[in-house]
Amino acid sequence: MIDIMPYLEILRYVLAGALLFGGAVFMIIGAVGMLRLPDFYARIHAAGITDTLATVMLIAGMMLHSGFTQTTAKLALVAIFLFLTSPTATHAVANAAHKAGLKPRLGKVQPPHPRDKMKGAK
Amino acid sequence: MGLDVSFDIFIVIDLIIMSMLLVVGIALVRLNNLFAVVMLYGVYSLLAAIWFVSLDAVDVAFTEAAVGAGISTVLMLGAMLLTSREAKPTPALRRWLSLGVVGVTGMALFYATFDMPNFGDANSPANSYVGLQYMYDTITEVGVPNVVTAILASYRAFDTFGEVVVVLTAGLGVMLILGIGTTRTRDGESPQSGDETTQSAPPVTTVLATENHHIVLQVVAKILIPIIVLYALYVQFHGDYGPGGGFQAGVIFASAVILYSLIFGMDETRRAIPAKVVQFGTALGVLIFGGLGLVTIAMGGKFLDYDVLTAADPILGQHVGILIIEVGVLVTVASVMLSIYYGFAGRYRELKDQDW
Repeated sequence: MIDIMPYLEILRYVLAGALLFGGAVFMIIGAVGMLRLPDFYARIHAAGITDTLATVMLIAGMMLHSGFTQTTAKLALVAIFLFLTSPTATHAVANAAHKAGLKPRLGKVQPPHPRDKMKGAK
Repeated sequence: MGLDVSFDIFIVIDLIIMSMLLVVGIALVRLNNLFAVVMLYGVYSLLAAIWFVSLDAVDVAFTEAAVGAGISTVLMLGAMLLTSREAKPTPALRRWLSLGVVGVTGMALFYATFDMPNFGDANSPANSYVGLQYMYDTITEVGVPNVVTAILASYRAFDTFGEVVVVLTAGLGVMLILGIGTTRTRDGESPQSGDETTQSAPPVTTVLATENHHIVLQVVAKILIPIIVLYALYVQFHGDYGPGGGFQAGVIFASAVILYSLIFGMDETRRAIPAKVVQFGTALGVLIFGGLGLVTIAMGGKFLDYDVLTAADPILGQHVGILIIEVGVLVTVASVMLSIYYGFAGRYRELKDQDW
């Protein structure tokens, strides 16, 4: 009978490392998207990746790394909290932009900013 | 051969965070859009908080994150609402003058750092003399695991009393200038004058029912606000054992109420916590704090000397004393933050989307 526990232990760290690495990669993808994408709605889509997927992956990696400790419980609470708040914040920002009348960019021409339009009306 | 791994990773982290602080600082100076400036202030505070954690100053980091990044961002946004969105461009002469002043001051500060002890130096003044004595005596004299709380609430309770009075004074200043319950329309007329937009505005509840695009925020806030208040209480009563205490808890409590007000409107918030209660609380906390000092004098001790509170056990007396004054700090800090917020945000009856 092979003792499986040591292998599981190694697997835990490998998984933790993979999750941390994946989270970091998504962070970078999100950051590049924030800088490179053409308009507000596309950028917020990129920011959403960093907000939820990358952070949750990073926290999951840290939880695996710390094992059954109090730290893991705290990290789980942080993850739940972020999982609730981050999408809500993204939604609120996008919703506010939509309500303010910001049009998404379709094609090559940038639609005018609602602020400038208001100035024109006055 | 072999890689030299003896360097301290924390120094690398410190350097990265410090350079990020510098970049954010330069961006802050160069921006004209006040909204972006306020947001960057929040980023700056969060970075500073991370840096404090890396320096092992967890209590300071906690305060910085709660006050600097949390509530002052909201208060600045509230202040911005009363002024303009854009800063006026500064004349070139003044820019160069300011740069000169900042440069000279910075040089002087850099020069001063040569005289400072190394980080963590055991022989530095902060770590010897009275500081060392506090570290030794806290467990036997106060019996609180978190030395920061012991120093703040027991050894240096008089200083903390002064801080709470400063917070009260700040709140009083804002109340005197802006008022706390005044509701005005955008044109600066009082609503009693029969202003049409104010009179014809439907009650908040009907507005919510007809065109409710805040529903996601409202549902999430309803879940989160009780948790935030619970967390504030945890920070309050766990301050003896971990980072936290009345200041942080007060700010977190106030931010829960502000979150409620941002999402459900000022009228609803006033119904939940009337301005009179807030006004009363600002003074009540200081009264609790100072009153305990008078009680200790009456019981034969010195001002804020908790040993005399319980006859048999001085350590228990310390615990009771710290608990009471932390409640005083909580009440004053939370009330002052709310009064400032009421002062700023309460000047408009209802914030509409286009006001931003």
